[in-house]
Amino acid sequence: MKKIWVFAEYVNCTLDRVALELLTKAKELAAGLSGETEVAAVLLGSRARSACKVLAEYGAEKIYLAESEELGLYNPMLYAPIITNLVKREDPDIFLFGATAIGSELGPTVAAQLKTGVAAHCVDLRINEKEQLVANVPSFGGKILGEILCPDTRPQMASVKPGIFVQGEPEEKEPNIIEEDVRGIKTEGLPLKAITLEKKEIVGVPLEKAEIVFCGGYGLGCKENWEKLEKLATMLGGAAACTRPVVDEGWAPGEHVMVGTSGKSIRPKAYVGFGISGATHHICGMKDSGLIISINKDDKAAVFEVSDAGAAADLNKVLDQLIAKLS
Amino acid sequence: MALKIVVCIKPVPDPDYYDKVSIDPVTKRITREGIPTIINPVDKNGIEAALKLKAQYGGKVTVLTMAPPNATENLKEALAMGADEAVLLSDRAFGGADTLATSYTLAKGIEKLEEYDIIFCGTESADGATAQVSSQLGEWLGIPHLWNVYNIEAQSEESFKVKTKVENGFMEWEIKLPCLLGVARELNKPRFISAMGIIKAKNKPVTVWGKEDLEAEEERLGLGGSPTKAGAIFTPDLKRKGEMLTGTAEEIAETIIEKLRAAGVNIPTKGEGCSIEGGAQG
Repeated sequence: MKKIWVFAEYVNCTLDRVALELLTKAKELAAGLSGETEVAAVLLGSRARSACKVLAEYGAEKIYLAESEELGLYNPMLYAPIITNLVKREDPDIFLFGATAIGSELGPTVAAQLKTGVAAHCVDLRINEKEQLVANVPSFGGKILGEILCPDTRPQMASVKPGIFVQGEPEEKEPNIIEEDVRGIKTEGLPLKAITLEKKEIVGVPLEKAEIVFCGGYGLGCKENWEKLEKLATMLGGAAACTRPVVDEGWAPGEHVMVGTSGKSIRPKAYVGFGISGATHHICGMKDSGLIISINKDDKAAVFEVSDAGAAADLNKVLDQLIAKLS
Repeated sequence: MALKIVVCIKPVPDPDYYDKVSIDPVTKRITREGIPTIINPVDKNGIEAALKLKAQYGGKVTVLTMAPPNATENLKEALAMGADEAVLLSDRAFGGADTLATSYTLAKGIEKLEEYDIIFCGTESADGATAQVSSQLGEWLGIPHLWNVYNIEAQSEESFKVKTKVENGFMEWEIKLPCLLGVARELNKPRFISAMGIIKAKNKPVTVWGKEDLEAEEERLGLGGSPTKAGAIFTPDLKRKGEMLTGTAEEIAETIIEKLRAAGVNIPTKGEGCSIEGGAQG
C-alpha cells in the first residue's frame, strides 16, 4: 500500500489550515497512484487530540498522534526526531509540509535526517506516468517555474505555502488515531529550549480569507494612502495588503499583510492594486485572484499585463472616489 | 569570551533584475546574461550579526561559500565589510547540488576550519529561495539550529536568547553554543563598505578548497549527492486581457465598483442595502 502523509501543524491550540489544504491535495494525488493509497496526517502537540476529527473530515484516513506536555511549544529538537522515527517505521511515499515558519524549518530538518529531498514552496503537485511526485517550484521570484522530482529516495517531500491549494469540503468521519508513545521525551538537557510563543490578535478579516483585497505598492507614497486602503477594506469586509517596500517604509503594520514570494499567497474573488509596478516577487503571490484590477500612474507598468483591467491614473483621486462612492 | 564565527554566504544574480530572467527557447536554459552577481541580500545580515558580536566579545569572523571561482569577488566584499578571512569551496564535483548536497559540502568546509561557536546563514537565497540550507547545515553539523531569527541577545559564553518570526508573532528561545542561526532581514541593517575596508581586505586571506581538501564522501557531493532532480523549466503565462479604463477618476471608480460586483464581491447598493451576486471572472 502506498502512503501519502501531511504534517498537521498545531500551535497555540489551533490547527494551521494549510494542513486541510494539503489533505485535499493529498487525496487528489492518491487518486493518481495505482493500487491502494492511504492518506494520513502527523499531529504533534500537547492536548492536540481535538484536532484529529477535523483532519479525518478533510481526508486523513489515519492520524499519527504524538501528544505530550513537552510538545506544547514547537521545538525542532523534539519534533524532528519523532517524525523521523515515524517515517522510518512506516515508510511513506510522499510527505507534505505547509511552508509556514515552523514547517519551513521542520521539513528540511526531517529531510536531512532521512537524507531525502524536499521540493520547496511548490505551487503545484502532480503524479507523473512513472507514479513519481512532480513538484512545480518557483525560482527567481516566480519568474521561472521548474519541475523538481525525488526519484530515488523516500519519502518524496514537498513544502507548500498556505493559500496555494484550495481546501476541499469536509465529510463526516470519525478519526482513526494511531497513538505514538512519546512518554520518554523531554526538553530538559537539550541545547535548545523554546521559552514562549506570542501571537498578535488579527484585527478584521485575515488577508488569506478575504474575498476582496485592496493592495498597495510603493507608489502609494504615504501612510495616509495605506490607511485609505484599510478603510476601503473595512467598508467591503475585505482586507488590505501590500508589497515589501510598503512594509519597509513603515506604512503598513508588518509582514503579515505582505503578498508575494516572501509573503502570503492569496486568491480572493477580486484584487485591486494601487501603485504596484508588477515585480514578479509580488505577482507570484496574487496571480490566482479571480479579478485583478490595477491603478498606476505609469501607463507602461508591467502590472497591467497581468491584470484584467487597469487604469493609468492618479491613485489618490481614484482612492478618494472609491471611498466617496462606497460610503 | 572570544567567539569563532562562520558566516555562510551565497553569490546570487541581483534580484532587482529578475524581471529580465528568461528561458532561452533553443537551449532551454535560464538566461541571466548581464545580471550582476551580488552577495545574497539577507546573507549580509548574517555578516553584520557576526561583526557586531565580534565587536562586542572579540574573536574571528570567517566567511564561507560554495560557488564557482569568480565568487572571490563576493568574498572580497564580505572581507571589506570587516570579516577576517574567507574560504571558497569550489570544485566541478560540487556542481548541480541541491540543498542537501550543498549543506553537506558546507558542513565539510566548516569541519575543516578550526572549532567554531556560531554559524550564521541567511534565511533564504533570492534566486532559489528554498530556505532549506540553514536548517540542513545545522543537521549535518549536529548542532542546535534556528531559522528566521530576528533578535539575538548574548546571555553568557554558553547560551544566547533568540527570537524567531512565526505567523503573526514570534517565538523566544534559549540556544546553547555551538549553534547555527538562520537570520532574517529584520535582524539588523548591514553596514556599507568603506574605502578603508576595501584597502584592508586586500591583505586578508581567501582560501580555496576543492574536493580533495575536504574529508567528504564523494557520493554526497554535487548532482550525484542530490536526492532531488530538476525536470523541465518554464515561464508561467500570467497574461490577462489588460483592458485599459479611461475617463475621470470618478468614472474609473464607478467602473471598478461595477467590475467588483460582477466578480461576486458583496457591495451594498446605496439606499437599498441589498447585494448583487455574480460569478467569479478570470
